[in-house]
Amino acid sequence: MNAVSQTGPSIRFRGRSFMAMTLVADVPLAAWLADFDVWLQRSPGFFTGRTVVLDLAGTAQSKAEVERWISELATRGVRLVGLEGVRPSLVDAGMPPILRGGRDATLAAAEFAVAPAEARKPVEPVNLLVDRRVRSGQSIVCLEGDVTIIGSVGAGAEIIAGGSIHVYGTLAGRAIAGATFGASAQIFCSKLEAELLAVDGIYRTAEDIDDAFRGKAVRVSTDDETLRLTAL
Amino acid sequence: MAKIITVTSGKGGVGKTTTTAAIGAALARTGDKVVVVDFDVGLRNLDLIMGAERRVVYDFVNVIQGDARLPQALIKDKRLDSLFLLPASQTRDKDALTEEGVDRVIGLLAQHFDWVICDSPAGIERGATLAMRHAEIAIVVTNPEVSSVRDSDRIVGILDAKTLKAERGETVDKRLLLTRYDPVRAARGDMLKTEDVLEILSLPLLGIVPESADVLKASNMGVPVSIHEPNSAPARAYQDAALRLKGENIAMELPRQRGGLFSKLLRRAA
Repeated sequence: MNAVSQTGPSIRFRGRSFMAMTLVADVPLAAWLADFDVWLQRSPGFFTGRTVVLDLAGTAQSKAEVERWISELATRGVRLVGLEGVRPSLVDAGMPPILRGGRDATLAAAEFAVAPAEARKPVEPVNLLVDRRVRSGQSIVCLEGDVTIIGSVGAGAEIIAGGSIHVYGTLAGRAIAGATFGASAQIFCSKLEAELLAVDGIYRTAEDIDDAFRGKAVRVSTDDETLRLTAL
Repeated sequence: MAKIITVTSGKGGVGKTTTTAAIGAALARTGDKVVVVDFDVGLRNLDLIMGAERRVVYDFVNVIQGDARLPQALIKDKRLDSLFLLPASQTRDKDALTEEGVDRVIGLLAQHFDWVICDSPAGIERGATLAMRHAEIAIVVTNPEVSSVRDSDRIVGILDAKTLKAERGETVDKRLLLTRYDPVRAARGDMLKTEDVLEILSLPLLGIVPESADVLKASNMGVPVSIHEPNSAPARAYQDAALRLKGENIAMELPRQRGGLFSKLLRRAA
């Protein structure tokens, strides 16, 4: 009797790949959990409905430890779909299966920013508007999009943007654009006195900025791995 | 192995940063390899006094947090080949400096330089205690006035308690540097006398730097005063102090009132 050869409802298998997030464990467990709790407090509900793989490489030496990791995470609402970096002898049938051959993938920044409970809305471009002078020692960071400053940026102040930076005033501090979106970002200012300009990691300090642009309205972009300054 | 110096005072505005730059430059001028380290995270100024503010890319905090390697953050002086600056971060606060991070960075610097000079922030909190942690020599910068002297006395107590040397049961070599000494006011008697300061603090004297417009001029131009106009009175005072740090025996010169010749000629009214 051969069941497989019988006609009837067929069972189909397909190979598909899914994106899972890997949580990297670290020792000691207690310290890691303390950090994790602090983090979770800031982003409650982050793990709701997420597929999570736990990477235990170099952290768990016994089955009891593996069990402890799984249960501690379960009490925090993290359901594991798989384990990585752990010896097969430490894992039994009741635990999530061991996964191999994972490849790194970039989790889009937007995926981290959007609360999982929210339905998908059309993505609105992020622009952080700062309607005051940015003073020495202050740091304005917006990795999700652009930063617009209505006012000046003092020497010793710092603007870091995922996208472009616009300064309607004197830019005397540091401007670091393209931290997330890379070379498409630009910097605009109505008066350039900057200590440092950077787009997509390519930087230039005040020393190397052509004096011809000092005090002028300037646009800064990247062009084939170099910074290009143009008068506005 | 480097000699590690902390320039400290407790009180602000007495001349710590000016002194750090001036002593650093004076030592480098003798050919020694010198690095000056700004510990004043959040209120950095040493880069301005050194004239390096236009070349800062990475800073002390970046190195501690592993965002940059130490050689990337060190800025070489344009005038002296053997003088380097490790700038502080302006946008962080003092908590960004950790004990382990400071230990690591100072340890690395000590391997490559003859002198590591730490510019302490004002106050007696974390930043100041971290800046003095590794000190073998402490330069206590003091103005000849009561509040500065009292704060210096406080900082000397802390130097004897909170440094690594103190923890090992040794003592930090503490030297008094009297700055903003005004010979005219001293002559009039409306300033603490050098002897009084020395008696209150009972520290060996490293030098007396006169109050002078040259200091302000040099600061505004971003040049350490000891190499700006090397023959000016404050420049010579700092150069002598640097030589004393190197163990040379230089006679102490008390800054005197200007116009010495005339006052000598017309000393007595008959």
